[in-house]
Amino acid sequence: MSKNRIQLMLCGGTGCHSTGSKKFEAALQKELEAKGLADEIKIIETGCNGFCAVGPVMLVQPEGIFYQKLRVEDVPLLVEEHFLKGRPVKKLFFVEHASKESIPNMNDIPFFSNQIYRAMKNKGAIDPEVIDEYIARDGYFAAAKALNDMTPQQIVDEVKTSQIRGRGGAGFPTGMKWSFAAASPGEEKYVLCNADEGDPGAFMDRSLLESDPHAILEGMLIAAKAINARQGYIYCRTEYQLAIRRLEIAIKQAKEYGLLGENILNSGFTFNIDIYQGAGAFVCGEETALMRSIEGKRGMPRPRPPFPALKGLWDKPTILNNVETLANIPQIILNGGEWYASIGTERSKGTKVFALSGDINNIGLVEVPMGLPIRKLIYDIGGGVPDKKKFKAVQLGGPSGGCIPEHKLDTIIDYEEIAKVGAIMGSGGAIVMDENTCMVDMARFFMDFIQEESCGKCTPCREGTRRMLELLEKICDGHGEDGDIETLEALSEVISQSALCGLGQTAANPVLSTLRFFRDEYEAHIKDKVCPAKRCIALLKFEVDPEACKKCGLCFKACPADAITWKKKEVALIDKDKCVKCMSCFDKCKFNAIF
Amino acid sequence: MTITVHPNHPDVTEEMWDKIDTIIQEYKTIPGSVISVLRLSQNNVGYLPTPLIDYVAVGMGLPSSQVFGVATFYSLFSLKPKGRHIIKACTGTACYVKGIKEVMSHIANKYGIKEGDTMEDRRFTLEGVRCLGACGLAPVMIVSEDIHGNLKPDEVVNILEDYK
Repeated sequence: MSKNRIQLMLCGGTGCHSTGSKKFEAALQKELEAKGLADEIKIIETGCNGFCAVGPVMLVQPEGIFYQKLRVEDVPLLVEEHFLKGRPVKKLFFVEHASKESIPNMNDIPFFSNQIYRAMKNKGAIDPEVIDEYIARDGYFAAAKALNDMTPQQIVDEVKTSQIRGRGGAGFPTGMKWSFAAASPGEEKYVLCNADEGDPGAFMDRSLLESDPHAILEGMLIAAKAINARQGYIYCRTEYQLAIRRLEIAIKQAKEYGLLGENILNSGFTFNIDIYQGAGAFVCGEETALMRSIEGKRGMPRPRPPFPALKGLWDKPTILNNVETLANIPQIILNGGEWYASIGTERSKGTKVFALSGDINNIGLVEVPMGLPIRKLIYDIGGGVPDKKKFKAVQLGGPSGGCIPEHKLDTIIDYEEIAKVGAIMGSGGAIVMDENTCMVDMARFFMDFIQEESCGKCTPCREGTRRMLELLEKICDGHGEDGDIETLEALSEVISQSALCGLGQTAANPVLSTLRFFRDEYEAHIKDKVCPAKRCIALLKFEVDPEACKKCGLCFKACPADAITWKKKEVALIDKDKCVKCMSCFDKCKFNAIF
Repeated sequence: MTITVHPNHPDVTEEMWDKIDTIIQEYKTIPGSVISVLRLSQNNVGYLPTPLIDYVAVGMGLPSSQVFGVATFYSLFSLKPKGRHIIKACTGTACYVKGIKEVMSHIANKYGIKEGDTMEDRRFTLEGVRCLGACGLAPVMIVSEDIHGNLKPDEVVNILEDYK
């Protein structure tokens, strides 16, 4: 292997792909060749770096210079200045939102410096399509230790000591789950990886699979030894094609290296992994539904018990773990459970990966220690809310979760503490909403989602969510009546107590949580027929407030239907007959003059 | 049992039937593989016409009812023809907060199709899909295989005009 003077770690995650990393890579390679630098400087396409907001991004190693928002046009300058003359290009540095300061080094950027990498330890550091690079960073060392030097009981004990809890959302202790399956009688057992990441706003599993697929395979291999399974399946959303491709490559390479298949590392242990592509059903994230789906049936949950640890896939003892949980396993085995449990809170140990998105400056993927206040996650790492708008709430836990308002932002990241304020840890989607978000509309959005994804097997979920959606639509359309809120609450209680699976039992959470903190918005919709955030079209009048109007004409220019009349120094006027209610004027008006 | 006579269907050519035969042969012995067979068949034909589902059922040795049950349960499968270009507008939370609703209404107005519809000349199908996991680019849509992010409602039509 030849040594390179510089290695360029170019992010090849889905986010950077779509902002043009491939074109940039081609242009850069060509320029490096033209300048005769191709032998000394190597471009390495890594998995998702995490900082999707400023993609495409590239880390220059060994210097640690971080470039962002790279365009093909930047290539000649970058090569000439930095790679020939050794002068890093300032205009491509990250600029801190608050201080407007350019930061050249990745480790000095608050987005990165406040994180602790465990599950994401290899993100952006290796080429995910080359097994040697994974091995070079202690990859498969834990598997070797588990297969050759540890008994299944020792593995389970180590995972128990780490106190890691399921990162898919429910937070069930992983070690406990494994011990049940290990104790189940039977020759045939299965290890499943849940990569059916369905929560809207969560993309950590996709990124982990894309950037470090071998870590998941290694985690599954260790789990297999712990419960004595021969076969594993990764159930992955079919939408995640890049992740699937990288997993296929990883499995192939692992087999070639004797790390999967028969007699792995001369331990006499046999284990194989196959990928199973989901076909688009949110409920398949539920464990019993996922197993039905692998069996080639409609993905509907069944009542538990029996639990999958006893009767799972094909009625055999099965464990199902989330991608992020499995990514942590090799390090727990390598460094010990106590090492893992050394950070975090009393009942939530280790780190959690969050996908920050919505109305936040630093959109992307972050891994933070348990116990961090949510406020720090939003402001220090996330950089706060853009466009000088006010923070309203952060939604955690997807359709089963809830919204956390400003005055609860000092809540710490901990399964129990988050549950106390009416949300759940969930899989780690954190969607920030600014003052322009209507909370009733948000509740309607989630109910619409759940109602559509309800599998229809049990009546409370199938019928109940539909009734709740109808009520929420009625309120958003301006037909809300006294008593609607109480009906919503009553329905919520019945559904959560009687639905068959987790999807139904938590279906009402978005409604309950918005009612808890934003009841006044519901009341404004119902009693005053007003949407305070101006999102519910039926409650908007499409009129201009002459006192607030600054006569700038932006709304006039934005209107696609010629419904606005305006002249210089005159207040704009909307012709309601021509108006198509497209909201363009609302979006453009900076003075909140349209209502 | 091997079937040698392929059903007649305007959207499924003889070549496609041959391909489907190969797929069925490959997966027939793998338990639970009917979802994979349907997915690969749909990739091949574009959608799942009724005779195709029946054909798969016979080929896999499963009751038609079970295969129909699967085909109608999962949102990936379509029993109706689709357009040459499928617009998959992400309706995840982040995209919703960032205004995918407005983007979709612009598309609907321009091409006269609602969510789930296909244009009469089969140029576009407009679909609202579950979170694509590209929240960093919200609002996002996928047209054919291309991801378009940070969409602005009034500019979305310019992007689509490149797809004929």
